[in-house]
Amino acid sequence: MSASAEATVLITHTVGLHARPSVKFTKLAKSFAAEVEVAVAANGPWFDAKSIVKVMAAKAPKGTLLHIRAKGDRASEAVDALVDLVQRDFDEDADHARSA
Amino acid sequence: MRIEGIPASAGYAEGPLFDLDRPPAAYTSKSSAAEEIAALETAIGKAVSRLSAMIETADGDAADILEFHIAMLQDDALSAPAFASIGADQAADVAWRAALDAEIAGYDASDQDYFRARAADLRDIRDQVLRALSEDGEPTAPLGAIFHGEDVAPTRFLEIDWSAGGGIALRAGSTASHVAMLARARGVPMVVGLGTFPGSLAGMALLDAEHGGMVLSPSPAEIDAFRQSSSAFAARQGAAQSFLTRPAVTKAGTAVRVQVNIANPSDVDGIDISTCDGVGLMRTEFLFGKTLPDEETQYNAYRKVLEWAGDKPVTIRTVDAGGDKPLAGFTVEETNPFLGLRGIRLSLKRRDIFRVQIRALLRAAIHGNLKVMFPMIATPEEYSQAAALFAEEQAGLAARGVAHTMPPLGIMVEVPSVAIAPEAFANVAFFSIGSNDLTQYVMAAARDNAAVTYLNSVRHPAVLRLMEAVVRFGRETEIPVSLCGDAGGDPAAIPALLETGLRDLSVAPAQLAMAKAAIAEVPV
Repeated sequence: MSASAEATVLITHTVGLHARPSVKFTKLAKSFAAEVEVAVAANGPWFDAKSIVKVMAAKAPKGTLLHIRAKGDRASEAVDALVDLVQRDFDEDADHARSA
Repeated sequence: MRIEGIPASAGYAEGPLFDLDRPPAAYTSKSSAAEEIAALETAIGKAVSRLSAMIETADGDAADILEFHIAMLQDDALSAPAFASIGADQAADVAWRAALDAEIAGYDASDQDYFRARAADLRDIRDQVLRALSEDGEPTAPLGAIFHGEDVAPTRFLEIDWSAGGGIALRAGSTASHVAMLARARGVPMVVGLGTFPGSLAGMALLDAEHGGMVLSPSPAEIDAFRQSSSAFAARQGAAQSFLTRPAVTKAGTAVRVQVNIANPSDVDGIDISTCDGVGLMRTEFLFGKTLPDEETQYNAYRKVLEWAGDKPVTIRTVDAGGDKPLAGFTVEETNPFLGLRGIRLSLKRRDIFRVQIRALLRAAIHGNLKVMFPMIATPEEYSQAAALFAEEQAGLAARGVAHTMPPLGIMVEVPSVAIAPEAFANVAFFSIGSNDLTQYVMAAARDNAAVTYLNSVRHPAVLRLMEAVVRFGRETEIPVSLCGDAGGDPAAIPALLETGLRDLSVAPAQLAMAKAAIAEVPV
C-alpha cells in the first residue's frame, strides 16, 4: 500500500545534522522501504534521506527546521522515527557531542 | 632556521622530517571504460575494508570518524559523478579526483566552521581511494618522525605509530580540525599555520608545539636549548595537571582569576567550565572567514559560548581585522597595516558590517553573562562612537520588540596612548590588556617579523610599567583590569605580570593547568 507523510522538526543538537548524526540519520532512513527525503526549507530542494552525501550537503546546523517527507510503504512510520531521532539529539549526550 | 606557526596540540618533538604530500605512485589507465569502472569499484572496496580493519582497534572519536568515512564511501551518490565521467572516457583516477574535488569545494565554501573542517575528511576519503587505485601501499615513515605537509587526514593520523614520539607540522591546517582534536587527545605535538616553507625538506627538525614553531637544520646550540625546553615542559605538565581543577592561588594565598581565550565556538567543547573562570577573550575574526557572516550565524556562535559558560563571564571582542589579519571584502591594502585601519578603526569605517555584529551581540547577551570589548581603541572618541552605535542598535531592536540586553562595554589596552593616559577612559566598563600588541607598539617591533623578535618582550620594564599604571588606575576607579595576551599563559612571564598588580589573566585552554601551576609559585 502506498502512502505519504510529511513533518518538520527543529534540530537542537549542538553541531546540527553533521558527520555523526548524519550517519545515524541515514542508517535509520535506510531501514525503511519508503522513499524518504529531507529539506531545510518547505519549498526544497529535497535531498535523498538515505544518502549521507546528500544529507551532509543539506548543511543543516543547530536551529534548522528540518523538513522530512516519505512516500511508500510505512511512510508515516519512517517520518515519525526520523523526527524522533532528531528530537532525541541523535541519542548523543553532551559529552559525546563535543567532537561530533 | 625557525618558522613560526600556531600550536594546535602542545608538546615537543625532535626527529626526521617526513613529507605527507609526497605524490602517490602514478595510476596506470586501463584499456576500456569497463575496466576503469572495475578498477574504481575495487579501489573503493579496498579503502572501505582498510577503514573497517582500522575501526577494530579504534575507539570513541576515532571510531566515529572512521564510521563516517565508510558511510560516505559506501554512498553511491559520492561515486556516481566519477562513474559517469568514466563512461565519458575518463581514466578512473582522474574521474574520481574530479568528482571528489567538486564535493570538497562545496565544503570549503561553507560559512560554517564545522562544515568547512569536513573538507579535510573528504580529502582523506579522496586520497584513500587514489592510493588504493595506484596500489601504493603506505610508505613507512621512520619512527618518531615529524610529519609535514599542507594538511593531514584523520585516517592518516590514525595509521601512524606514535608510540615512539613524533609530531605534525602543517603549512595550513586548523586548530579546530578532527586531526587537531585527535592529536590533543593522544598528546601528539602539532603545529598548524606554518605558512610557506621550502617544499622538499629532509633531515632533522625540532618541533616546538608549546609556542608554535619548527626549527629546520638545527645547530647544536639550538638542539640543546630545545631539549631543555622540552624536558622542562614535560616536568611542568606532569606537575601541572593536579592544578587544573583547583582555583588559582599564589604562594601567598592571593586568588587569581584565570579565564580562557578562544577563537572558535567549538573550542569550548573540549574545556570543562569548572576549570576556568570564564572566557577572557573570544575572538570573532574566525567568523569572518571567506564571506562576511550574517547576523544569525554570529548570534548562534555567541549564544553557544554564552550558554556553555553559564553564569561565568564571556568577553567577546568585536572584530579585530586588519594588521596581520586581512579579510577579503573588509580590510584595505596598506603599506603599514599594523599602524593602519584595523580593529575598531575599521569597524567605525565600515559601520554597515559593524552594526550586524552589534545586533548579534545584543541579542545573544540574554543567554548568559556577556561583556563586549573593542580592539585597538586609541582615543575616548572611538569608544563613545562605538558605544553610541550599540545604543542605536539597541533602540532599533527594542522598537521591533526583539529580545536583547545591553552588555557592559570595555576596551582593549594595546595602543600605548590608552596605557599612558588611562584617565581619559574613566567611563569604560573594564580594561583588558592585549599584551602582544601593547608590546609590539611600545617596542616598535612588528610581531610578525622574526628579525626583531628579541625586542618583543612583555617583560621589558617599559611595557610592565605601563601595565602597572593601568592596573593602578583601575583600582582607584574600580574599573576591572585583566590581561588576555599570550603572556598570560607564559609561565616565564606570569611572576612579572602578577607583580604589576594584575589578578585576572586569560590564557589559551591548553595552558590553563600550566598557568595555574606557575601562579602557585609566585610569592605575591
